[in-house]
Amino acid sequence: MIARHWLNRLFISGICLLAMIALVPLFSVLFYVISHGASSLSLEFFSSLPAPVGEIGGGIGHAILGSVVLISMCSLISIPLGLGMGILLSEYSQKPVSRVLGVVVELLSSIPSIVVGLFAYALVVRPFKGFSAHAGAIALSMIMIPLVARTTEEMLKLVPRSVREAGLALGLPKARVIVSIVLKGSLRSLTVGVILAVARIAGETAPLLFTAFASQHWFQGLSEPLASIPVQIYTYAVSPYEDWHAKAWGGALILILMVLGLNLLIRIFLPRRKDG
Amino acid sequence: MMTPSPVLLEVNGLKAFVESTEILHGIDLGVSRQEVVAFIGPSGCGKSTFLRCLNRLHEETPGGRAEGRVTLEGQDLYASGTDPVQIRRRIGMVFQKPNPFPSMSIFENVASGLRLNRIAKGVELEARVEAALREAALWNEVKDKLDASGMSLSGGQQQRLCIARALAVKPPVLLMDEPTSALDPVSTAKIEELVIQLKKETTILMVTHNMQQAARISDRTAFFLYGDLVEYGPTTKVFTTPSDRRTEEYITGRFG
Ligand SMILES: Nc1ncnc2c1ncn2[C@@H]1O[C@H](COP(=O)(O)OP(=O)(O)OP(=O)(O)O)[C@@H](O)[C@H]1O
Ligand SMILES: [Mg+2]
Repeated sequence: MIARHWLNRLFISGICLLAMIALVPLFSVLFYVISHGASSLSLEFFSSLPAPVGEIGGGIGHAILGSVVLISMCSLISIPLGLGMGILLSEYSQKPVSRVLGVVVELLSSIPSIVVGLFAYALVVRPFKGFSAHAGAIALSMIMIPLVARTTEEMLKLVPRSVREAGLALGLPKARVIVSIVLKGSLRSLTVGVILAVARIAGETAPLLFTAFASQHWFQGLSEPLASIPVQIYTYAVSPYEDWHAKAWGGALILILMVLGLNLLIRIFLPRRKDG
Repeated sequence: MMTPSPVLLEVNGLKAFVESTEILHGIDLGVSRQEVVAFIGPSGCGKSTFLRCLNRLHEETPGGRAEGRVTLEGQDLYASGTDPVQIRRRIGMVFQKPNPFPSMSIFENVASGLRLNRIAKGVELEARVEAALREAALWNEVKDKLDASGMSLSGGQQQRLCIARALAVKPPVLLMDEPTSALDPVSTAKIEELVIQLKKETTILMVTHNMQQAARISDRTAFFLYGDLVEYGPTTKVFTTPSDRRTEEYITGRFG
């Protein structure tokens, strides 16, 4: 009896210790970014263009706006395509198209993001002779589409077959069963999947380096280079200037807050217990 | 000796497969209008599979395939031009395991067939939902919480919810796969009454493991064994003077 009691305690302590170890990197990143970045945050930092080296002030407003534009464009492309592919993968898995698509999505999601960037460079930037928001959005979409497709597929597969059969047995066409029963029942989990995918691409840097590239100006049109928070952080971080480093931390803090905000949003959409 | 009532549903040489396994080995059987047919037989003999072939749901099973001829009022259900969706609107089904739509409320579950197929709406829809819930002996238990999730009900209540959902669209043929296996004696008695009531306008094919139930409510009984139809005839005859020895052994509980 006594031995079992102590063994139990030992196990629980071990598990707590492991949990703490897992939390250390998370909190040290948060702490580090906040302590280095908080001093840069100001209204000006959010709303104005960068100041020349050495000058006080300036901000990354153009990069924040750029990220919003890029993420919106990418979502506009990726959410419908990804959802469509996910539905095809889950609901029509017997069809040859679906099998081929499964392999394509698998391959697409395993391509390193830097390669995606190079690919979009060759595909869009070179032919159109210049960096552009279009190219950036396409590169990001190549990462987001497979993410959305996979989560959609997995969420829809959680709906039991017996539920689909109940719909079919009522004489509902398959498309109606998918829309009104399967998709409608998975709305919350699909929203979570989409938000997670947005959070994931919000921080992508490599695909943007040779596509949307960087800019020191406000948004100038979809065919022009466009700044983004991750690339702006990169530019500042690799520079030799002390005040730019501080701005890189500030940008990092904004990025982290954005992603944290998206994750909080997920809490709202998290599937409730069915009997709730 | 010909039966006078016209044959509504006729099955000829029906074989069912999952992948390459043959589950039903050529079933021949006819069901007349306004009849209740009971399907009995040991577990795994193919009763559910047989019912699922009649509304073309077996083909939705991965690897599922059926061969043979099934006609409903002379229309071949397995002919190449036949739309299974149209068939299923005329042949309702209650499944062996309750399967309410998890994202829908009690009301929406029962209304689903009428609403999604655009058969009824508004006041008429409400009236038909209430009628179906009353028929399924569930109305009194849920009338104050029609907006609660269908999944919040107990197993037996869920089964009655599924019965109500199937009844709401008033199909002329109803397939019921062990509809009372999860129900208490009172609900069971009510469902049996319902079946006898429905008989006036509905043809019912019902799987049951309860011999007394089969004897009480069915006009004909079909005995399945290992994917074959061993015996099929008027219930009184099957239960009193079966023509096959295996039927007698099964009914008297000496095997299966
Ligand atoms: N999806 C499936 N894949 C493989 N075999 C299956 C599948 N569904 C059914 N079978 C097989 O078909 C046979 C008949 O199954 P079925 O469910 O029709 O039996 P049943 O008579 O309804 O049994 P029970 O009384 O237990 O419900 C069984 O041997 C079963 O193993
Ligand atoms: Mg069965």
